[in-house]
Amino acid sequence: MMKTTIILLFLALVSWGAKAQTDRSKMNHSMKGMPEMKSKMEDKTATPASIVVAHSLTVTSIIDNYLALKNALAEDNSGKAASSGKLLFDALGKFSLSGQPGSKQKELKDILDDARENAEHISVNGDKIEHQREHFEILGTDIKDLIVIIGANRTLYQIYCPMFNNKKGGKWLSESNEIKNPLLGSKMPKCGNVTQIITVK
Amino acid sequence: MKWLKWIGLALLVALVGIQFISTRSNQSKDVPSSDFILTYKVPDNIGHILNISCYNCHSNNTEYPWYSRVQPVGFLLESHINKGKAELNFSEFGTYSVRKQKSKLKSMVNQIETDVMPLSSYTFIHRDARISQENKKTLVNYLNSIQDSLR
Repeated sequence: MMKTTIILLFLALVSWGAKAQTDRSKMNHSMKGMPEMKSKMEDKTATPASIVVAHSLTVTSIIDNYLALKNALAEDNSGKAASSGKLLFDALGKFSLSGQPGSKQKELKDILDDARENAEHISVNGDKIEHQREHFEILGTDIKDLIVIIGANRTLYQIYCPMFNNKKGGKWLSESNEIKNPLLGSKMPKCGNVTQIITVK
Repeated sequence: MKWLKWIGLALLVALVGIQFISTRSNQSKDVPSSDFILTYKVPDNIGHILNISCYNCHSNNTEYPWYSRVQPVGFLLESHINKGKAELNFSEFGTYSVRKQKSKLKSMVNQIETDVMPLSSYTFIHRDARISQENKKTLVNYLNSIQDSLR
C-alpha cells in the first residue's frame, strides 16, 4: 500500500516536470527555415527619407542602452541583451515627464509605459532570444516616437528588414547605416536597408 | 526500507495537509465595458475561441474545473492566472492606451502563431482549449485587422 503511494507520487512529479519541459522546447522553434531572398532586398534603390529632430541630452541614456541592446541581439547574445534590457528599463523609468509640455505628456507616458514593458520582457527572457527580438521590434517604434518628440544627441538610422517574423518585416534604430541585423542575428546579418535618417538640429 | 516508508508517509501527510489551504478565486459577476469582446464587438465565433482558450487565465473571470479544488493544482492555476493577467487582461483591454493595445495585439499574434499560447501545459489538461489550425488562422486574421484599424 505504502509502496503504491510512493510510486504514484513519483509518477505525478515526473509528469509535471515533463510538461514544463515541453513548454520550454516549444518556444525555441519559432524561427526555422528562413528562405534566402537576397536579390529581392538588394535592388531596393529608394533613397531614405530624412527627418530632423531637436537636440536633446535627456534621452541619451535611453538611446545608449537601446543601442547596446540592439548590438547584443545582432551578436545573438541573449544574456547581454537581457542586461541591456534591464538598464534600458531603468533609464526609461528615470525619464521625467514633468519638464515636458502638457500637450505631449499623455503620449509620452503611453510611449514610456509601453517601452518599459517591452524592455522588461527582454530583461527577464535571457534564455529566449526570439521572444526578446519580438519585444525589441515593438520597442523600436516606441523609441523612435520618443525621439521624434524629445530629440536626440546623435544621428540615427531607421532600418527595415522584410524577412523578420515570417516576412512580416521589422524595423529598428541604429547609430550607423552599416547593416548588422538585430532581429535575425547571424541568420541574416545583412538583411535590412535604411528607410529613414534621423538627424539632430 | 524503513526510511522510504517515512518519506512516503510525510509526503502523504503534506499532500493531505495542503488540501486545506484555499486559493483566491478569480471570478466576477459583471463583464466590464473595457472587456475586449465588448470593446471591439468581437464576432461570436472569435469570442468563443477567446473565451475557451484565453479568458481563463487572461481575464477577471475564470471557469474553474472541478480539479482546481485539489491541491497543488489550485496553486498552479492561481499562479498561472496571476501571471497571465499581469501580461494581458482581456477584461481591462479597453483601458489600455492605443499604443499598448497595438503592442499587445502584435504579441498575441506572435504567441499564437508560434504555439507558445495557449500554453501546452494548459491544453494538456483542457483539451477543448486547443486551437485548430483553421481557427488559429481566423483568430490571427481578426487580431491583425483590429491592429490595422488602430492608428
